[in-house]
Amino acid sequence: MTPNTAMEPATMLEPFLLRAVLAGLGLALAAGPLGCFVVWRRMAFFGDATAHAAILGVALALGFSVSIYVGTLSMALLMALTVSALSGRGWAADTMLGVLAHTALALGLVAISFVPGVRVDLQSYLFGDILAVSWRDVILVWCGAALVLSGLAWRWSGLLTATISEDLAQASGINPAREGLVLTLALAVVVAVAIKVVGALLIAAMLIVPAAAARSLSRTPETMALFAALIGVLAVLVGLWGSFHFDTPAGPSIVVAAAAVFILSAGLGGMLRRG
Amino acid sequence: MSLLDAQSLTVRFGGDAVLEDVSLSLEPGEIVTVVGPNGSGKSTLLRALLGIQPLASGRITRKTGLRLGYVPQKLHIDRGLPLTVRRFLSLPHGHAAGEAARVLARVGMAGMEARQLVGLSGGQMQRVLLARALLARPELLILDEPTQGLDQPGEAAFYKLIEEVRTEMGCAILMVSHDLHVVMSASDRVICLNHHVCCQGTPHVVSNAPEYRALFGVGTRGALALYQHDHDHAHDHAHDHGHGPGHDTGHDPDHDRGQDHDHDPEHGHGARDHA
Ligand SMILES: Nc1ncnc2c1ncn2[C@@H]1O[C@H](COP(=O)(O)OP(=O)(O)OP(=O)(O)O)[C@@H](O)[C@H]1O
Ligand SMILES: [Mg+2]
Repeated sequence: MTPNTAMEPATMLEPFLLRAVLAGLGLALAAGPLGCFVVWRRMAFFGDATAHAAILGVALALGFSVSIYVGTLSMALLMALTVSALSGRGWAADTMLGVLAHTALALGLVAISFVPGVRVDLQSYLFGDILAVSWRDVILVWCGAALVLSGLAWRWSGLLTATISEDLAQASGINPAREGLVLTLALAVVVAVAIKVVGALLIAAMLIVPAAAARSLSRTPETMALFAALIGVLAVLVGLWGSFHFDTPAGPSIVVAAAAVFILSAGLGGMLRRG
Repeated sequence: MSLLDAQSLTVRFGGDAVLEDVSLSLEPGEIVTVVGPNGSGKSTLLRALLGIQPLASGRITRKTGLRLGYVPQKLHIDRGLPLTVRRFLSLPHGHAAGEAARVLARVGMAGMEARQLVGLSGGQMQRVLLARALLARPELLILDEPTQGLDQPGEAAFYKLIEEVRTEMGCAILMVSHDLHVVMSASDRVICLNHHVCCQGTPHVVSNAPEYRALFGVGTRGALALYQHDHDHAHDHAHDHGHGPGHDTGHDPDHDRGQDHDHDPEHGHGARDHA
């Protein structure tokens, strides 16, 4: 490869756009497979609660002037662990998660308004600001993604067995609580790295929509995880392209693109099954 | 040495003792059946022995490295999870394709590897669950109502398979069943459970125990009489599984009716019950 041809794409892609694409791709690759578990285990609300807690994390990070990543990761982790602990106590899971999710979001918004001095751009934390990510953000996204993917790969078989049935898992010598903890940690990491990319309100969409789109195309859990990652990648590319061309907000554009793939794949899956 | 030894197990759900002071031990190669009315704690006992159900008190000792196969009473597969029979059988540990195919053929599911688990009928699901349990090369098979949903030939074939598995692999079998007449002919030992062990022993002993009669009433007398009739007269084996409900009225004509009545021990039990 000569330097000349290597330069070409770089000149076509503005550096900020390149960073946006890379950050989006890193997030999509991790969120797809993790999102499959969120779908299989019916943890959508759980994902929401964890993501919304990130706003509270942002408020705390601004208030105590620490890194946004530290704030969101710790709040997401705290929320995820709290929910896991409470869910064993016979609460109506839906109701409890709804209360927690919205409380965390509202509390976060209120708390941010108390942060003195800085005029905070709330919108960028709610919906992300992928076009403003730095190289440091890109590296953190990819580190987080690598961590999540290697964690899932490492525990894959146990995670899957525990997802199908905790009883069967336990009879096979697998500890379902430990596998659940792996997912909880992975979720917190994804939330932390996604906050700047798609924002707290759309993290759950990045988890669920590509996985749901992959469902109708897949016959095994592994292909579904792979398709979810690929669909996420496609959504990031199409969404960013659309955002650039039509001057629409980037995060929501990515989610809209993912939703479009979902509709297409649902139709395609239906046709495949009939024909 | 026992495969598994349970000492005074007590299990509570919010104050109510579902199991109270239950002790039992399982020897290699024996077939033990747990009988008892709905809600008597049979599934809970099995789950406690598997280590799934936490104990309020009591102790379970397993032979070190004991390999278990478990067929739960029911297994719900989320529709969001694409899973083929083949993939399900390979969780959590893979097997050679040939081995899975062989076991599937044994449970009457030959060539069904590529079918989706969510599309299986209740009886087919039951067969796949049994196949998965057998693939673990268990020393102890724990089966919770394994014949539910099986058709008549399927049920007969199931008990034949259990017998074969025991002979070939030398594994012990602990199962819950409501088919009392089959239980009595297929088990080495019967445990009659109603939150505590009412009585246990060989089918002969248990069926004559007043505790058992109290639980199952006179409705089972016919079935028990049949069973005893079989054993007293040493029927050919193929006959054992063919007993339909109409059997006690439609005796084989080549049987000596007089001898039948002479031997029928049931007639004497009315008096013995009160002793
Ligand atoms: N997880 C649980 N939480 C609360 N109560 C439970 C739980 N599991 C079982 N029980 C209660 O324990 C009792 C025994 O249940 P179990 O499932 O062991 O009965 P069973 O003998 O297997 O009945 P069946 O023949 O209907 O399968 C029931 O009253 C049930 O309501
Ligand atoms: Mg039961």
